[in-house]
Amino acid sequence: MGKLTIEELRKIREKAKRSTNLRDAQGKAKITVHMGTCGIASGAREVMDALLDAIDRYGIRDVLVTTSGCAGLCSHEPMATVEYHGSPPVKYAKLTPEKIERILLEHADKGHMVEEYALAIGSEKMS
Amino acid sequence: MDKFRSHLLVCTGTGCVSNGAFDVKKALEMELQKHKLEQEIQVIGTGCNGFCERGPVMLVQPEGIFYQRLTVKDIPYLVEEHFLKGRPVKKLMYSPTLKEDKVPLMRDIGFFKDQILVALRNRGMIDPEVIEDYIAHDGYMALERVLTEMTPEQVITEIKNSQLRGRGGAGFPTGLKWEFCKRAQGSPKYIVCNGDEGDPGAFMDRSILEADPHCVLEGMTIGAFAIGAQEGILYVRDEYPLAIKRLRIAIKQAMEFGLLGNDILGSGFNFNVRVVRGGGAFVCGEETALMASIEGVEGRPRFRPPFPAQKGIWGKPTNINNVETWANVPAIMLRGAEWFASLGTKTSKGTKIFALVGAINNSGLVEVPMGISIERIVFDIGGGIPGDKKFKAVQIGGPSGGCIPAELKDTIIDYESLTRTGAIMGSGGLVVMDETTCMVDLARYFLEFTQSESCGKCTFCRIGTKRMLEILTRICQGDGRAEDIPLLEDLARKISESSLCGLGQTAPNPVLTTLKYFKSEYEAHIYNKKCPAHVCTKLLTFTINPAKCIGCTLCTKSCPTGAISGERKQAHVIDQVKCIQCGQCFYVCPVEAIVRE
Ligand SMILES: Cc1cc2nc3c(=O)[nH]c(=O)nc-3n(C[C@H](O)[C@H](O)[C@H](O)COP(=O)(O)O)c2cc1C
Repeated sequence: MGKLTIEELRKIREKAKRSTNLRDAQGKAKITVHMGTCGIASGAREVMDALLDAIDRYGIRDVLVTTSGCAGLCSHEPMATVEYHGSPPVKYAKLTPEKIERILLEHADKGHMVEEYALAIGSEKMS
Repeated sequence: MDKFRSHLLVCTGTGCVSNGAFDVKKALEMELQKHKLEQEIQVIGTGCNGFCERGPVMLVQPEGIFYQRLTVKDIPYLVEEHFLKGRPVKKLMYSPTLKEDKVPLMRDIGFFKDQILVALRNRGMIDPEVIEDYIAHDGYMALERVLTEMTPEQVITEIKNSQLRGRGGAGFPTGLKWEFCKRAQGSPKYIVCNGDEGDPGAFMDRSILEADPHCVLEGMTIGAFAIGAQEGILYVRDEYPLAIKRLRIAIKQAMEFGLLGNDILGSGFNFNVRVVRGGGAFVCGEETALMASIEGVEGRPRFRPPFPAQKGIWGKPTNINNVETWANVPAIMLRGAEWFASLGTKTSKGTKIFALVGAINNSGLVEVPMGISIERIVFDIGGGIPGDKKFKAVQIGGPSGGCIPAELKDTIIDYESLTRTGAIMGSGGLVVMDETTCMVDLARYFLEFTQSESCGKCTFCRIGTKRMLEILTRICQGDGRAEDIPLLEDLARKISESSLCGLGQTAPNPVLTTLKYFKSEYEAHIYNKKCPAHVCTKLLTFTINPAKCIGCTLCTKSCPTGAISGERKQAHVIDQVKCIQCGQCFYVCPVEAIVRE
């Protein structure tokens, strides 16, 4: 690494920020893939792999991916929940690698819900 | 790199490491690999998270879930449940007491909730050995701004306006100190970071250096630019090997990036730093002794003036600030003096870090806004006193500080308010005491420390503290005399008036404050030959209440001197001549028949 100019320092900052955004839990959207036993059995792993791959391929920033357990609707797995900044969470069901990619590009990145795959809007109350 | 879906921030500060954090981290990495998750989930070793009591600790981001007291054994289950199946593991989460529910999220835990992080802004968030991590968290952005947009005068004005005061103990206005050094004649000029941290039980500075070494380097570079210095020295005590290692790595990386060294960021400004390891004497934290130590001579204080700003290292103008003071500088330059001055009280701005230890549920490192009360630190953040014990006092400011009793728990953290009680802000030691602490014994403990750390230059500090220690020792042993209290007060005044440096000037503080707030305890020791807290063993008597004794013989078996006798199923008695007051019988008795007075 040679000596930096101010422009180079800024570039490094931008690039490094992308990989630490996650750590600071800063992002415009969060995708939760339900990875209970039922989810994994019906292909949640493949959905997750496709999702992470697509995020990388499209260079999408500030979309966070997390996992959770079974959402209770095992017959509709694989499922995922998308929370776009400022909007109520949306649950998607019976996902495939292709579907999750579209959800990523349209909903998580741009904020437009993919209605045809959506199961429900909102989330149960947590006590 | 961007593919990671989760970051596991494992604390690798000294506290967690001593509880096995490195093993936990390694087990975690291996287990993730086993499940082929290493491309998805990144494990990062960070500096001290602060919640040392619960170490090893780990934060899972982006969820914000906080795991504590992890062991290698927990890892396979944790990885399978949480990271494979997405089910956070309750039993490894924090709960305030055994009875209460688990608190999954770090931000909901009382210990973290009331803290405001400025100097520790990156703790637990970055890998201190990776400069890019610091840069990603707006690191070196303040320096960038200073070098491109500001003159040295403007930097000093900004620090002055922030009203930052030195965090090393005395609270001198930092901007003013910089201005003195800038105006001083002579060159070269030196910048020093004081990382000697000699207070027993304090670890604020170590924690900053371990968790975020670059923020100290950035602060020093900004200071050097403002003052016109080209050389910096980090004086760190040799007992801090991890801090020294991380600092050296940080210096090397910053040099490679051109963020230290010559022509920083193409600005033409040069600044080089090096680490000097201190020998561990408490007095070497005093600035004139510290400079002597850097020069390679005996670390003894000298008379001021001349102040370091006029005649410092090798007779050249020198500016010395504490580690925490330096750590605040980049935050102020980045967010502005006005923001900083909006935190705190009229005379004390910003935050202060405390090492919270003693009789407290959540011991650890806390950064709180100035103006917060002692009560809130002890109860809201510290989680109160363990067991059913009563809160008695805090000792603030280490051996130079004093105690503040429970009645004054409304006292706020502010230089002037603390000084009014007889204690001092100090550098951040905060020891919490419950009813089982004897205040005379406490004063004796601190005097023993300062007495042995006195460099011996000033007569009153050298001999006066010795005499005070003798008096305190005899009071604790039941040989106190009626004239001892006035004698202690007289010596205290003389020592603080006739000592050259802060060590002697403040050494009597623990005695004076305990005398002020707990005089009756001294009197009980001297006149009644009793220790109300049951600590001073020479003043205790153990007897057996025959009405309660069931003659189980447990006490007889536990007694190391054979002082207890009696028939089985009959009341026992203690021979006071043979009894050495060790207290064994008191602890083993199943029916509380042993009376301790
Ligand atoms: C006996 C004694 C020990 C001291 N130990 C330290 C220390 O460990 N760390 C520190 O920063 N300041 C220590 N000081 C205070 C320093 O002399 C000096 O005031 C301080 O480093 C200035 O930095 P600041 O203005 O940023 O607080 C000590 C002072 C005395 C009298």
